[in-house]
Amino acid sequence: MTTINPSARKKIKAGSFSLNRFGPGAQAAFHIILALFSLLCIIPFIFVVIISFSSEESIRQVGFSFTPVSWSVEAFTYTFRLGNALWRSYFNSFLITIVGTILSVAITILYAYPLFRKDFRFRGFFNFLSFFTMIFGGGLVPTFVICKSVLGLSDNYAALIVPMLFSPFNVIIMRTFLQTAVPTELIEAATIDGSGEYNTLVRIVLPIVKPGIATVALLVALSYWNEWFLSLLYLNKNMDIMPLQYLLMRMQRNADFLAKNSSMLGADAAKAVAQLPSQSLKMALVVFIVIPIACAYPFFQRYVVAGLTIGSVKG
Amino acid sequence: MTTIQTAVPKPHRRYSSIAAKKKTFWLTTMALPGAVWLLLIRYLPMFGIVIAFKNYRAFRPNTFWNNIIQSEWVGLKNFEFLKSPDTGIMIRNTLGYNILWIILGLVISVAFAIMMSELTSRFLAKTYQTLMFFPYFLSWVVASYFVLAFLDPTSGMIPFFQKAAGLKATNFYHDTTWWPLILTICNLWKNLGYSSVLYLAAITGIDTTQYEAAAVDGATKWQQIWHVTLPGIRPMIVILLIMNVGKIFNADFGLFYNVPQNSGSLYPVTQVVDTYVYRAYANTHNMGMSSAAGFLQSFVGMICIIGANALVRKIDAESSLF
Repeated sequence: MTTINPSARKKIKAGSFSLNRFGPGAQAAFHIILALFSLLCIIPFIFVVIISFSSEESIRQVGFSFTPVSWSVEAFTYTFRLGNALWRSYFNSFLITIVGTILSVAITILYAYPLFRKDFRFRGFFNFLSFFTMIFGGGLVPTFVICKSVLGLSDNYAALIVPMLFSPFNVIIMRTFLQTAVPTELIEAATIDGSGEYNTLVRIVLPIVKPGIATVALLVALSYWNEWFLSLLYLNKNMDIMPLQYLLMRMQRNADFLAKNSSMLGADAAKAVAQLPSQSLKMALVVFIVIPIACAYPFFQRYVVAGLTIGSVKG
Repeated sequence: MTTIQTAVPKPHRRYSSIAAKKKTFWLTTMALPGAVWLLLIRYLPMFGIVIAFKNYRAFRPNTFWNNIIQSEWVGLKNFEFLKSPDTGIMIRNTLGYNILWIILGLVISVAFAIMMSELTSRFLAKTYQTLMFFPYFLSWVVASYFVLAFLDPTSGMIPFFQKAAGLKATNFYHDTTWWPLILTICNLWKNLGYSSVLYLAAITGIDTTQYEAAAVDGATKWQQIWHVTLPGIRPMIVILLIMNVGKIFNADFGLFYNVPQNSGSLYPVTQVVDTYVYRAYANTHNMGMSSAAGFLQSFVGMICIIGANALVRKIDAESSLF
């Protein structure tokens, strides 16, 4: 990376450089600013990875550091011994994400498709039904009470899935994809050929809007994977269905949570607790949670960017 | 829309009216699952707003609707929390952070987007974009651990540095001084990449011949940005502004709850409407008061959105949302 030389800086100020591009000085300045911020965006994650591989001894000596005095995989071997609590919540996270995403994508497509059909009689009504919830809502407490005591969403998987099944924002994204990709003539032609509405949707429309489906699916999957607020609201007793995010959150609240959980280990529990690499272990769990996102990120980023751009413009 | 013209008894018209009815029926069944969800999870709670005007408590049989019907009306008593000094602080925090972040976010992300669009190296521009977008995909729970790695009182990097330098270590989770800055950094860290990419998309949509025409007229690059780029992304700026102004009474719950570790001594600088409503319910089970606060938030939010949109429509009808 080059630094800005004074003469280039003068040129930028004077405006005496190529008209359709910034001069090399300005380019260099842009690179420095953007590179610094980009680094800032991933450094915390790298830091947490380093901490998770630091030995407990090193953390005692130099604290959390980018250059620990000694390395160790203790935290990760410990996660395996931590056993049930961790793996169960990992499983829960995957289960909630997969089931939630499938259901949510189905509902979203089914809702967006009639809204896209200009010849649908109740288009205006359903459009408003969804749109109005974007500007007004019952608020946290009435929603919570209704979900819990009227709809029975409490201490079960449904409580962690149902409240996020549908989002007007995703409907708008899906509808926009339909509008840009599916010509009305195609649907008219299918209807004339005697294709039923569901048949047209599944056989003709869906194959065309695969990128749109991918986008919505990824957005939904991400929000399920990152979800902890629903657990905070709806999980009181049944901690067996707790997702990983909430496990992580409770661990922070409650310093001896790990000690309590490792008591499940059995006979040498006390010894185990004493040796617990608690600091690096927490960071190791953070790594566990981020890794699926970090691995998939380069592949899904393109779709998500497309979706969010559409959603923000039209939404 | 096909109109049904029964007055003209031509066979094929009759046929098409049946077909139209069939079509309407099947399309309606498609929208039904989503509509049922909306009615149950979004519209039903709107009736629950009456809790805000009642002294909600348990009756026998202890079902929600029975409790609501039997609880006595208390008028605006649940709104008396507005008089307490805590309310002033939470409103100040919510509005203050939101206004500051709207301005900072707008200026910085537009600047970033322009910089990225002007880079000659497509590869590097793409790389920056990818890295900057990454925090957007992480939850606040994860981000709170990132912050903890730097601020943790026993092993955090900053307190450790302070100790190593012979200074008194700051107990960040009990000292309000730095939190406005920390929260601002966290917010920008998480959201700048996203908004920059939005503006970048808008910039790439600008017709390049406009730049050529400007260059031919002798405009410098800076002048081109002022006279072509910024007007070109004005609709996007306006739309995002309306959305943000509409959400000015809403705060990012996770940021204000998880990142400061729900620490009570930080409430003076971290309490916002969303955390207030949640804590009012979770800590004291005061349903009436927390419903009232939530209702006010929704109501004021709606007025803000409609107001902002009306304003935009006056200035530039094409940029308005509805």
